[in-house]
Amino acid sequence: MTILDKKSRLDKKPRLDKKSAPDKKTSAPILDGDAAWSSIPFDERIGTAEFRIHERAHITVNGDSCRGCTTRECVVACPANLFVPTSDGGILFNYENCFECGTCYMVCNREGAITWTYPEGGFGIVFHRT
Amino acid sequence: MKVANDADVIVVGAGPAGSCAALAAALGGLEVILVERGPFPGSKNMYGGVVYPRILDELVPEWWTTAPIQRWVVKRSTMLLSDAGALNIEYRGNSWGRPPYNGATAYRPDFDNWLADQAVRAGATLLCSTTVTSLLRDEAGRVIGIATDRPDGELRAPLVIACDGVNSFLAKQADLYPPMDSSHFTLGVKETLSLPREVIDERFGVRDDEGVDIEILGGTSGVNGGGFIYTNSDTVSLGVVLKLSKLAGQSTRPEEIIGQLKRHPAIAPLIEGSEILEYSAHVIPEAGLKMMPKMTADGLMVAGDAAAMCLAAGIWLEGVNFAMASGMYAGRTAVASHEANDASARFLKRYTDSLNDSFVLQDHRKLRNIPELVLSDRVQHSYPGFVTSVLQRMFQVDNPRAKPGLRRIVREERKRAGIKLRHLLRDGWIGMRGFG
Repeated sequence: MTILDKKSRLDKKPRLDKKSAPDKKTSAPILDGDAAWSSIPFDERIGTAEFRIHERAHITVNGDSCRGCTTRECVVACPANLFVPTSDGGILFNYENCFECGTCYMVCNREGAITWTYPEGGFGIVFHRT
Repeated sequence: MKVANDADVIVVGAGPAGSCAALAAALGGLEVILVERGPFPGSKNMYGGVVYPRILDELVPEWWTTAPIQRWVVKRSTMLLSDAGALNIEYRGNSWGRPPYNGATAYRPDFDNWLADQAVRAGATLLCSTTVTSLLRDEAGRVIGIATDRPDGELRAPLVIACDGVNSFLAKQADLYPPMDSSHFTLGVKETLSLPREVIDERFGVRDDEGVDIEILGGTSGVNGGGFIYTNSDTVSLGVVLKLSKLAGQSTRPEEIIGQLKRHPAIAPLIEGSEILEYSAHVIPEAGLKMMPKMTADGLMVAGDAAAMCLAAGIWLEGVNFAMASGMYAGRTAVASHEANDASARFLKRYTDSLNDSFVLQDHRKLRNIPELVLSDRVQHSYPGFVTSVLQRMFQVDNPRAKPGLRRIVREERKRAGIKLRHLLRDGWIGMRGFG
């Protein structure tokens, strides 16, 4: 049997449900004269995107390679803010809210510091209104 | 022992390139498997925001009657931003609001899903939630299929079309790319902002399903790149594109750069009161012809972002159309290859020939020096301030002082911006030659 026989695996696009994509489009205050609308805490920002998290980390960061790195391109460039410097000179990395964009390995100057693959099929970022 | 093939052609990635490849191949009578790693086509995709679908006339007649479009772009603006002010050049094309239209805004998860469905209707088999992990190759190095992350996940075909996006691990595995250069890529980050339909209509000066496309130079916090605003039905897409090598060398994070753009006095009133519905990011291959890979190997063709086909030429920012066209030509070449029973790189050169004979590589060749010019330090950091300060002085009435001569303003402001005349002339020459 090949994987093609498993027809049930052919996923359909799910309808947007309130849980996975918060829908506030009509309740937004208009012209409130306050600049607060232009910026939100990062947790809230990343919370607007849907991530289907798999238990396997698709990106791993070799902490030993990062120690001694002074440029830390990943920390400023990662749009999901997944690279956090630690007090002992290392990097703390979390794969879960990853956009799978590739920025981190492209800007990294240290051979072997970032091992990058895609998540398992069906997992990871799921865009809706992009 | 020869293992049986699962299909005539396997297409990896159900984005615009992959779905058009699958559609063209299926229309030509081939058995096609279209593999997508997301739970549905388009779920991994985001973009700046305009699709130019005319190439679909060849594949999906009257595509506009079924395509999930947000708004038809009738107004195109190019904006220069500086601390001093903003210059906006806008053109409205009245005919762009009716068939066969020009550009359209659409959400990629909707549009890509629709396009993949066209391929499925033509007979292609769509396999979602399946990540391709590598190419399968025979002893001679010819591509003979793919390995996936599914159990028993190998699929075999005499031909594979890699439409696996900007990170294309398949093109890299096949050694079609030289070593990666991060200065060839930009990071696009975007916010989908909620605004009631009638508020969008009023603020952007459109009605019904008319939409606006605003491209912005300057306003990216000193990081080389650009900004964009596109209107959807009841949201606005706003974001920035940032040159990776520049982003990495400074200290302002991408979302802060968006925040600063949103606070510019020329931008803030357009989006005031909106909320962020979805934050997203994607990498863009930005260097055009200068970064393109070899398009073929034995048993393999590459199309779309996987072949770096985005056109980032300042006043023209396109990608989905290049992806759709390249996919279509790859799909048609697959049909010819099947008929000739020849999937060698030599035969597949027909694909490269089709790209050369069409707008895909003609536009890229013509504009080959423009992406670099647009992202250059002078165009990014000196010219927006220079132009806006000239306009500032031109239109500021400083009575009782008499008006200064225009030539004098230009000369003084050019000097103040530190722009050498010979650089200005050279950039102008590159621009004229490139665009002309």
